[in-house]
Amino acid sequence: AFAMSVNADLRRERAAATFQPELLTHILDGGAERTRRRKEIEALVLNDPDFQHEDLNFLSRSQRYEEAIRKSSLMVMKLREHGIADPEEIFWFKSFVHRGRPEPLDLHLGMFLPTLLTQATPEQQDRFFMPAWNLEIIGTYAQTEMGHGTHLRGLETTATYDPATQEFILNSPTVTSIKWWPGGLGKTSNHAIVLAQLYTQGQCKGLHAFIVPIRQLGTHEPLPGITVGDIGPKFGYDEMDNGYLKMDNFRIPRENMLMKYAQVEPDGTYVKPVSDKLTYGTMVFIRSIIVGDSARSLSRACTIAIRYSAVRHQSELKPGEPEPQILDYQTQQYKLFPLLATAYAFHFVGAYIKDTYHRISGDINEGDLSELPELHALTAGLKAFTSWTANAGIEECRMACGGHGYSRCSGIPDIYVTFTPSCTYEGENTVMMLQTARFLVKSYTQVSSGQQVTGTVSYLNDLSRQRIQPQHVAARAVSVRINDPASLVEAYKARAAWLVEAAAKNLQAELNHRRSKEDAWNRTSVDLVRASEAHCHYVVVKLFTAKLSEISNAAVRAVLTNLCLLYALFGISRNTGDFLQAGILTSAQTTQVNQHVKELLAVIRPNAVALVDSFDFHDVHLGSVLGRYDGNVYENMFEWAKKSPLNKTEVHASFHKHLKPMQAKL
Amino acid sequence: SVNPDLASERQTASFCVEKLTALLDGGAEQTRIRRAVVEAIQSDPVFSRENQYFQTQNERYEAAVMKAVHLQKKMHEMGWTENGPEYKYIYRALSGDVAFLLHRVFMRSISVLGSDKQIAKWIPLATQHQLIGSYAQTELGHGTYLQGLETTAVFDITTQEFILNTPKISAMKWWPGDMGRSATHTVVFAQLYIHGKCYGIHPFIVQIRSLQDHSLCPGITAGDIGPKMNFEHIDNGYLMLKNVRVPRDNMLSKFCEVRPDGTYVRQGSQKINYFTMTTVRISLISDEVLTPLMKACTIAIRYSAVRRQSKLKPGEQEAKILDYQTQQEKLLPQLAAVYAFHFINDYLQELFNRGYREIQRKNFDMLPELHALSSGFKAVITHHCTAAVEICLRACGGHGYSLLSGLPSLYTKILASCIYEGENTILLLQTARFLIKCFMAASTGQPVPPSVTYLAAEKPGKCPAKNKLDFLHPDIYTEAYQHVAVRLISSTATKLQDLIQSGVKKYDAWNQCTVQLVQAAKAHCHYITVKNFAETVETLETKAGIQRIMKHLCDLFALHGIFSNTGAFLHDGYISAAQMDMVTASYLDLLAVIRKDAVPLVDAFDFTDESLNSALGSYDGQVYQRLYEWAQKSPTNKMSPAYERYLKPLLHNTLSKL
Repeated sequence: AFAMSVNADLRRERAAATFQPELLTHILDGGAERTRRRKEIEALVLNDPDFQHEDLNFLSRSQRYEEAIRKSSLMVMKLREHGIADPEEIFWFKSFVHRGRPEPLDLHLGMFLPTLLTQATPEQQDRFFMPAWNLEIIGTYAQTEMGHGTHLRGLETTATYDPATQEFILNSPTVTSIKWWPGGLGKTSNHAIVLAQLYTQGQCKGLHAFIVPIRQLGTHEPLPGITVGDIGPKFGYDEMDNGYLKMDNFRIPRENMLMKYAQVEPDGTYVKPVSDKLTYGTMVFIRSIIVGDSARSLSRACTIAIRYSAVRHQSELKPGEPEPQILDYQTQQYKLFPLLATAYAFHFVGAYIKDTYHRISGDINEGDLSELPELHALTAGLKAFTSWTANAGIEECRMACGGHGYSRCSGIPDIYVTFTPSCTYEGENTVMMLQTARFLVKSYTQVSSGQQVTGTVSYLNDLSRQRIQPQHVAARAVSVRINDPASLVEAYKARAAWLVEAAAKNLQAELNHRRSKEDAWNRTSVDLVRASEAHCHYVVVKLFTAKLSEISNAAVRAVLTNLCLLYALFGISRNTGDFLQAGILTSAQTTQVNQHVKELLAVIRPNAVALVDSFDFHDVHLGSVLGRYDGNVYENMFEWAKKSPLNKTEVHASFHKHLKPMQAKL
Repeated sequence: SVNPDLASERQTASFCVEKLTALLDGGAEQTRIRRAVVEAIQSDPVFSRENQYFQTQNERYEAAVMKAVHLQKKMHEMGWTENGPEYKYIYRALSGDVAFLLHRVFMRSISVLGSDKQIAKWIPLATQHQLIGSYAQTELGHGTYLQGLETTAVFDITTQEFILNTPKISAMKWWPGDMGRSATHTVVFAQLYIHGKCYGIHPFIVQIRSLQDHSLCPGITAGDIGPKMNFEHIDNGYLMLKNVRVPRDNMLSKFCEVRPDGTYVRQGSQKINYFTMTTVRISLISDEVLTPLMKACTIAIRYSAVRRQSKLKPGEQEAKILDYQTQQEKLLPQLAAVYAFHFINDYLQELFNRGYREIQRKNFDMLPELHALSSGFKAVITHHCTAAVEICLRACGGHGYSLLSGLPSLYTKILASCIYEGENTILLLQTARFLIKCFMAASTGQPVPPSVTYLAAEKPGKCPAKNKLDFLHPDIYTEAYQHVAVRLISSTATKLQDLIQSGVKKYDAWNQCTVQLVQAAKAHCHYITVKNFAETVETLETKAGIQRIMKHLCDLFALHGIFSNTGAFLHDGYISAAQMDMVTASYLDLLAVIRKDAVPLVDAFDFTDESLNSALGSYDGQVYQRLYEWAQKSPTNKMSPAYERYLKPLLHNTLSKL
């Protein structure tokens, strides 16, 4: 192999940047030292021949699963060899090994082990934790059923206590109660933590967790009474054996119920758990990961689309001149740069939530958990807001790459299919938005009854309390300066306040029509989702703006300020109706906003490639021929295509089987 | 048996489903023919799609070739011909899962671009499948911008041949269907050089594989371009040419000819050819764009009537998710869009038929308008429907993500339509160019084509609606759409002129206005769609409840468009802030009204379960049983070597030794 030089267009782009990309990388990583350590861990994986393999796009699903299992086994051993134990460093190592894709041990490492730690008694930890740590036991977490996902109380699996044998009898009483979707359940795991409705002494005590062995140790065959398998092909997640589990009168000892909190005594007496705010904490933590994932996935897609747009030349801008880079077209900039700004915005939001979470729960015993309910409500909405936006943004990046974006070699199809389920898992997005809305309406009601609210909703305190008539009233007049991020934060605040008030009033109007609470809520839910979205949008603009003042390097601050302005102004231009209807902006101002967005596109254009370089994705991790750092796109597309399964033989088998006989007959 | 939750939806239909199906088909007789074709195809096991979701790329390709071959036999058996009434339903019945589609494009390009002699030579060979054709236009480095293609064809006067070459990597042909593995011949588009002078892009018939053993011909490098988001059954290919010689007669020469002495002669008008290209954009709307969205709506709406989740009223059964306002707000506007685009497609077909008759009489006056409409509507409809299918997919939660739902493949297939036959942004800019030109003409009192006469008409400056019911009058919302279209087109025209007058170069000014131009073109198409929907509703029969339900859908389509784009309507105060609240209220009220007919409205699309190929969308609503049965057939449930090779050593204490 010979080293190809960097494509001339990309070289020019990089030379023209007004700031040093490494400095921005350090900010994204949380410091120069962390960047260094990340790259060190990255190198451990990249230089390890055990982790090399052919492009997964050429393999069948069964082969991809097998390859993932191979790497996961090695990964667990090598993590210990290298002495990597810090959770974030494990996360880095794992995502380099699996190149951002899910893997069959995800639920073992991410759910089974942590659940044992937090919900198992010391006796249970003795029995299960070390074997699980050493992977004699591989477990998963079986919650979702075929008929129930987000609405947990509706789960149908039963665990009935039999005091005679001191066992629980587990059953999947209906088709809809079959456990469906848990990762690693289909083929990999030999144990599962199963969530089931507990019945004892003839009463249902609600959902509880049970450790259930599902496959024979040694042969890996399913145990009698257990039906388990893979749920079949999906949009993505080819490496993951998402599974089903059906249990027929399957008995487990009483001691297999996770009993750190609730307990069933030998005679069947049920002991209630002490209520526990910390489950909020787990949810906040997982959502902060999804927000970070939104940022990362969108950053990857932007990296690919922007580098490719700097390499691809097409058509003409000026008659008689060479074909321009497609990145020079205004329409292309308008597609990509707002997404680039969004990716940065979401990075800072993700980091903020994580920091806040760590601050609050820093020392669980002494930590002040009073902020947790608000953070819980806020992160529900932010999870939905960022994952929806990133989901659509990844697709826009792919579209912006034209036909080649559609090829698997672009890498964007993979990013999309891997990311898109996050709109559904850990709480379906619309349901999440409505959770945030419930908190917003509650806060609004407190304000209307004369109480003050604090935190991100404190802007509701400014709403005039006299306005009790049901119609909308124009929002508080804001004199918006469209060049000033701080002033734009105020505009977003006013929009959120206006939409929260509108939704709350519509809800009240429905209640005044003597509808039931649930009915009124349902009939207002479109308004409520809009209010939540506006609230989240405000929070994102606010956090991005706040981040600017923390940046010491002037060149980096300047470029991020432009991105922040673009993010805020583009959001206005996409939602001008709200700002106009609420009276926050005049028509003349919205015209100026649109104009300023276009000016910012031109301002950001020279730094576009440097801004994606700053995300610092290694080519192997990016997995894209179009997005290669060196920009040698076409040569490598050809190299890639030659490896396609259809090209394995010069003449395809179907010529002899079908084509030739047909030609002979006709 | 039918799931009672779905059965109950069907008992309360406000209209006659069979009548609506006939309306969509263009008459009861058409429905009969379509069903007969579907029945004949789907009862034949060779055409089964049962295992489609479990197959590898190689298996999908092989199945598609097998089906294409079998189809020849089937057509013969059934007495179907290419000109018969059944022909157009075959593709729908196969759900497009068949090879050799480019073979037809190959034949069409010879028929349109070839001389009579060339047609007489090649078409019979192609018809009898003595050769398999493809169509090689797009290159690695060039797609939409045809003038930029880099493949060369140099005329060699001594041997009376063209020498074809791929001078650099970006000139390699890339993407043509059927070319990777199947085709023996292809039409190659290349820059023609005679005596060192370039004459631009011309089509050449090139043999690429042996007719004996299918091996590649000398000088040819060809193969499959690798996995894509969909179309695994098609061998999209690459092609590299190295000093490949073809006889002078292989240049398709209806319009341009190279004489033996190297003289280049242009003959006749290419306008008819141009018209053919334009027609392709319209012809793909029905099968490639509307059908997938209809299927997606069918799956998502039936599933939403079966899926129950959470409670709307305490103490009651869990509610159907279709009863949630947010779910209705996701799905019902997509359903309305299907009907809106179905009717605009009828309108465009009609217009193109008329255009074709005019062009045959050598009257080319309609061409610019037809071109503008086909570009704009291709872009708007493919974009809207692609987004709509994705909404349907995500509205089905986790199960939508399973390939067995059918939704991922519908999505990945429809989204290719945003790119092929012209990239959407570029097409919208072409429409915009036409609109700006017409606007300038109209403002100086010159005549303009019928679809844009509204640009000249004087209109009131404020929406007259007084309450939310007023927004259910088609006049009210159609005028609002018209107002926005005129405003966006005229303000962009003004901006362009201002820039040019201030000394900015014309091309620069154009680039600086392209974001606005795209918005203007979209607004124009949106207006025409709403107007056409409202006018069509007027003509429908009032019996059997058809007109009433179509009126609701028309209202919903129009109000959804305003609700999702409030800024454009509020901008100059045409609709006031208070009126916008009325729009929202009317829009949300309509959701509850159409909700009652949602399942019958998708039943009317009349897809068989085999066509839908979805565990979630079947007519009987037995969602969970089917999902469970299908999953068990997955190849991943056969014993995997992963256990013996990796899991077993892992589970057997490899680690505890560490």
